[in-house]
Amino acid sequence: MKGTWGHGLRTVGDTTLRIVERIGAVVLFLGQILRHSGTSFRRFGLVIREIYFAGVQSLIIILVSGLFVGMVLGLQGFETLQSYGSSESVGVLVALSLMRELGPVVSALLFASRAGSAITAEIGLMKATEQLSAMEMMAVNPLARVVSPRFWGGVFSLPVLATLFVAMGIMGGFLVTVIMLKVDSGAFWSQMQAAVDFHHDIVNGMIKSIVFGVAVSAIATFEGYEAPPTAEGVSGATTRTVVSSSLAILALDLLLTAFMMKGWN
Amino acid sequence: MIHQVEIRDLNFGYGDQLVLKGINLTVPKGSLVAIMGLSGCGKTTLLRLMGGQLLARQGSVRVAGQELNHMNEAQLYAMRRQVGMLFQFGALFTDLSVFDNVAFQMREHTRLPESMIRDLTLMKLNAVGLRGVQSLMPAELSGGMARRVAMARATALDPALILYDEPFTGLDPISLGAIGRLIRQLNDALGATSVLVTHDVQESMKIVDYIYFVSDGVIVAQGTPEEIHASTLPFVHQFVWGEADGPLPFHYPGPTLKMDFGDEWGQA
Repeated sequence: MKGTWGHGLRTVGDTTLRIVERIGAVVLFLGQILRHSGTSFRRFGLVIREIYFAGVQSLIIILVSGLFVGMVLGLQGFETLQSYGSSESVGVLVALSLMRELGPVVSALLFASRAGSAITAEIGLMKATEQLSAMEMMAVNPLARVVSPRFWGGVFSLPVLATLFVAMGIMGGFLVTVIMLKVDSGAFWSQMQAAVDFHHDIVNGMIKSIVFGVAVSAIATFEGYEAPPTAEGVSGATTRTVVSSSLAILALDLLLTAFMMKGWN
Repeated sequence: MIHQVEIRDLNFGYGDQLVLKGINLTVPKGSLVAIMGLSGCGKTTLLRLMGGQLLARQGSVRVAGQELNHMNEAQLYAMRRQVGMLFQFGALFTDLSVFDNVAFQMREHTRLPESMIRDLTLMKLNAVGLRGVQSLMPAELSGGMARRVAMARATALDPALILYDEPFTGLDPISLGAIGRLIRQLNDALGATSVLVTHDVQESMKIVDYIYFVSDGVIVAQGTPEEIHASTLPFVHQFVWGEADGPLPFHYPGPTLKMDFGDEWGQA
């Protein structure tokens, strides 16, 4: 019995240490990316290319998801608010839910699955096929030429995608509540306009998506760069990107929300 | 004699396992030297040490007179501008066309106008006989063609030292001969020094100036192709003539047959 407890405790300790070590490694890697970011800004075309791959190619999934999430929010909100006789406030509910939480979080989760995994797989495969080694031998640092542009591409893309997600969500909410359920259009927009605060809702939502963008891009590039150079290694790294990014997004969301709550009171 | 590469008392290992033990090796300027040995004997590790991708645990690796172990990152990258490397399977950038692969280093390291980069790139591709495939992507090339494009890329900035990692692996006889001749021609035309890691004895004996044999992490034999050909050393004889019996065991050390298959094996 004592042995089982000891073994269990050791496993928990080992796992905790591994997680802390991994987080530390990602943070150190982030430091290296920032140190080698000069090339990305001097040759911004490299970042633009990555914004296209990470951002533009994620547009469809973000826009469609935003629309559906907004429609569901509209339906659920309308039903709940109707019982209190305040169905006109459904616009406020949709907008605040999307701007404060769902927009940044869901778009970051989708971004991690769509673009984050692609970044990891691409860098991991470049490593497995010795393309990164070849680059090093050509006196070109892969951190500056490959990793950093992908990182910044992700960081710049996510806030824009989150904004589009929120906009589509509001359109979805409008379609369901105003067009289908005949909520007054003027009340929908005016109440939303009155309740939404630029700093506390829009800016804070934007801050969240920037933080998520940094986290997802750092994890995705780190996992790709550190992936064992085998098919199994790259597939494992891709999975770890999605899992670690999702957990990081949710944990950071809790942390950021707790700090931002102060401003909402 | 001036040496492009000079390795003295080199020890290198991964973890507790020592892969290279007390290696001494020199590559004179302008020569083409082959490092041969069985798979896993440490040949590629030796090549990576010359390129500064790995650092010696003990001993020294000097390239063009500079000690690699004492270099910082910036000095290492500056040194690599004088080095071209051909990887075993080419390692072409899969998201760039053949032209862009060869032009990559020129765009990264020079301020040449695009028109001049175009001309130089086409000249490099012409030297390997592949000017006609400039617009293709690496995935559209055969193994031999990819290797030749990689050679054009490795020599794009006329390096002083060219490192070849198993350039003959997986090639058909025609491509194999063509690559062999190209290695020699490029070395002589550029006035470069080349180091070739291979286990293809017959093809490399035709083109190289000197051969080192590595086995179990140490240099067991060396000499000119003629000396190697005439050698009576059991290791060299077995390797050059591809004999099954000799000092190089075919089987990796393991349990006895009786331990794995039981007593029946002995009775059969």
